Amino acid sequence: MRHMLILGGGTAGTIMANKLASALDERDWRITVVDATEEHYYQPGFLFVPFGIYRMREIVKPRRQFLPGRIQFILSGIERIDAEKKTVMLSVGESLRYDCLIIATGADIHPEQTDGLFDEEWGRSKFDFYTPKGADRLAQFLKGWQGGKLVLSITEMPIKCPVAPLEFLFLADAYFTERGMRDKVDIHLVTPLSGAFTKPTSSDVLGEFLERKGITVTPDFDLGRVDSKEKKLVAWDETEVSYDLLVSIPTNMGNACIARSGMGNELNFVPTDKQTLKADGLEDVFVLGDASNLPSSKAGSVAHFQSEILFQNILEHIEGRPACAHFDGHANCFIESGFGKGLLIDFNYETEPLPGEFPLPGIGPFKLLQESSINHYGKMMFRWVYWNLLLRGVELPIEAEMSMAGKQVR
Amino acid sequence: MGTLSIAGKTIELDADGHLANRTDWTEDMAREIAAQDGIPELTPQHWAVINFMRTVFAKEGDAPSIRRLTKESGVDTKTLYQLFPKGPAKRAAKIAGLPKPKGCI
Ligand SMILES: Cc1cc2nc3c(=O)[nH]c(=O)nc-3n(C[C@H](O)[C@H](O)[C@H](O)COP(=O)(O)OP(=O)(O)OC[C@H]3O[C@@H](n4cnc5c(N)ncnc54)[C@H](O)[C@@H]3O)c2cc1C
Repeated sequence: MRHMLILGGGTAGTIMANKLASALDERDWRITVVDATEEHYYQPGFLFVPFGIYRMREIVKPRRQFLPGRIQFILSGIERIDAEKKTVMLSVGESLRYDCLIIATGADIHPEQTDGLFDEEWGRSKFDFYTPKGADRLAQFLKGWQGGKLVLSITEMPIKCPVAPLEFLFLADAYFTERGMRDKVDIHLVTPLSGAFTKPTSSDVLGEFLERKGITVTPDFDLGRVDSKEKKLVAWDETEVSYDLLVSIPTNMGNACIARSGMGNELNFVPTDKQTLKADGLEDVFVLGDASNLPSSKAGSVAHFQSEILFQNILEHIEGRPACAHFDGHANCFIESGFGKGLLIDFNYETEPLPGEFPLPGIGPFKLLQESSINHYGKMMFRWVYWNLLLRGVELPIEAEMSMAGKQVR
Repeated sequence: MGTLSIAGKTIELDADGHLANRTDWTEDMAREIAAQDGIPELTPQHWAVINFMRTVFAKEGDAPSIRRLTKESGVDTKTLYQLFPKGPAKRAAKIAGLPKPKGCI
């Protein structure tokens, strides 16, 4: 009996468990998923919690509910991977040997990595919305806030869902407008990027959006420290931005078990072949989702596209054939822009997000890089798609490989 | 795409204003690019960073991030920003004759 071991039962781990459960012969393979917690959060929903659009209990479900019956689920922390001995040490004391390993341990925020960010003011005047606790606390705070200068600060790239900070700003603009207090709130984005977003065309479009909504952008700001007393951000070059309310996207890092295993880069992301998804230099180890160092977006849609490629490669690999399916970096993200509208971007390693139309049989076309209500419905529908189709490894009507159909090249 | 004239030679640049061909790079050229970029003199600490970047690039095909520079080049973040004001990763890459770091999205 061979052993397929999946570390992490979040978006990526759950998708792979479902795909492999129906493909691997039960007489030949057993499949195990290890995760430290029982709760599976729909993370894209965190964005909506601070504004009271979703409540936390509406975006969490039991992890096991999404794992097919033949999968063994072990509730435990992961201590360390020993790739030489093909063994994983768990914090419950057990060690597991594997024949094939999938690392899907994701990424998390680390406010303690920045001087002065994580102190007694964390949760009082400084918040995050990337964790259940952070998003909940911010919702509480916003309800009673009288206004002032709201600064959203991105500490460093890469971050999970790089459009989420922009969506937060758009939704904040709508939230304060609807409460009749937009004139009392000054909204700012402070970012290490040279503009609103990473790639030129979408950065221009999204930059115009911010401007139209009266949101000020401070680009090229590399955060060095936070001064909680004076309520200001200080960059490495000593430029400063003051705030009344700080919404922080702290440094995102891979899990500490990656560092303990001596496998990660400087941010604990696992060096991974960007096409085959094999861990660099390790036998029988693959990486899926946010845990890798791939230059693709860290997003659930990306984990989904990657999973189709990884699925093919794992089936080849266990038959002793070379992994030949290639991931192209495809990402597809709805961007909520407030007031019941949204945008959609579709891109890959080589092609930046372009305007145009995104054909989707039966539902689309969605508008690319332009605001529309159908894009907003796409975003809100994503929660249903996530629980019912995406996690279950069902094929979606969007190909893993990006298509140029409908896109306008400048 | 632009060009750069150094010591009577014309060198091709890419869309970001970095050297188009890494093999064109020489130490003299680094001094020249730095001077044009507002860094009049390259100290041994500058060179430590530049050489570290070139080594990483040759091995991995992308320039290292600031975090990695701090961790592995032996120069702390504060100093990096003093050596290469306004974005050390980008500026040091340019002087080292490497393309603009890809960064991530
Ligand atoms: C605010 C926000 C908004 C987002 N919006 C979108 C969006 O609109 N669209 C989109 O596509 N994506 C979005 N994302 C990103 C998306 O949620 C992630 O990219 C996706 O969940 C990544 O899946 P993953 O399996 O790699 O990681 P995760 O789903 O985070 O799973 C990792 C799992 O590993 C477990 N684990 C890690 N380390 C250990 C250990 N040592 N021991 C035991 N267990 C461990 C964790 O408990 C976790 O369950 C958003 C994310 C956030 C935070």
